[in-house]
Amino acid sequence: MCDSCGCNVTPGNLHLVKPDGKLAKTREGFSAVKILKSLLNENDQQALHNRQHFDQHQVLAINLMSSPGSGKTALLEATIDALKDEFKIAVIEGDLETENDAERIRQRGVTAIQITTGSACHLDAHMVHDALHHLDLAPLQLLFIENVGNLVCPASFDLGHHLNVVLLSTAEGDDKPAKYPVMFRAADLVLISKSDLLPLLDDFDPRCAEDYLRRLASDAPLFGLSAKNKQGMPQWLNWLREKIQQHRQGLQQDKTLAASIQPDAGQLDKPAHKQIPNPD
Amino acid sequence: MHELSICQSMLKQVCDVARQYHAPHVHSVRIQLGPLSGIEADLLKQVFPIASSGTLADGAELLIQTMPVRVLCKHCNAAFDVQINQLGCPVCGDTHTQLVSGDEMILDSVQLAGHH
Repeated sequence: MCDSCGCNVTPGNLHLVKPDGKLAKTREGFSAVKILKSLLNENDQQALHNRQHFDQHQVLAINLMSSPGSGKTALLEATIDALKDEFKIAVIEGDLETENDAERIRQRGVTAIQITTGSACHLDAHMVHDALHHLDLAPLQLLFIENVGNLVCPASFDLGHHLNVVLLSTAEGDDKPAKYPVMFRAADLVLISKSDLLPLLDDFDPRCAEDYLRRLASDAPLFGLSAKNKQGMPQWLNWLREKIQQHRQGLQQDKTLAASIQPDAGQLDKPAHKQIPNPD
Repeated sequence: MHELSICQSMLKQVCDVARQYHAPHVHSVRIQLGPLSGIEADLLKQVFPIASSGTLADGAELLIQTMPVRVLCKHCNAAFDVQINQLGCPVCGDTHTQLVSGDEMILDSVQLAGHH
């Protein structure tokens, strides 16, 4: 019995369900082929490939996700200003349309590659891979992937990045983690952005936001910051420095960082189930 | 609406298997979905006939097994079915639980027609 998914295929009985096995044909005469792979297997393979690229060049890749308008680009601008003498940074920008965000980043003096997704509401590993063809990873230490502003779809796609950072702005509801559990459960760090507006927005309580996050069994750190008045920025910059170091140290021992987006229960790490049985 | 991309990715795998086994068409596709996968079963069912149109899976049935959201509490040493946004232990309140079911997005199996 497989503990992950409750299926009954084990190495001991796999031959029975293989084509031409005793149990392979149903009463109606159809052949059942057991697959047990992620629905996004193709994306996951590409993501793995992307992550190998990043690791090979010792680049820490961070996937930035949030609702539209919660301040992802403003945070990146402030981050680049603070860290550009310390680390070589680049940004991949995902938007439905326009080069506007990439232009803003380029004005801070770093390379920005714009992906315009058209009608697609999320980035996937293939789009990021295409963008990587226009980016020289060799001199970089830090790559931000600014995902399409959306709290739903981007959560399901591994891009090959190492960490997920989710922004929740004070102009939104503090119960967003309860409303979008898939996204917030995937967060390695939650930033309460636009914290300079807190005195004006008495219906947003950062403690409530944290409480809702903890109810998702998440240990991810959460703190407020403002790209405008720089409050909370040192904590964010230190978190980045720490993660860059952690990633590098890990690579020396052949370990990489993988974001929380990888499923727990649905994990498919059982070697016996990984391969499609070959046709006889 | 990312269900269409997910459906297309799934169909690519399904049709690859059908070709591998030289099956003329796919009879049904069985998947497991957990609510924490972020995939809406109803939306996936709606886009499936559209995305599969003209492929080897045209006309196939999509069978979705919805998995329960279940966590294991290490303190209580017990598993509980919980709400999608209440993943702590319902008994002792500990939030350091482990998800044992609920985020599946698994292509379980395909049934191929006319396979020799």
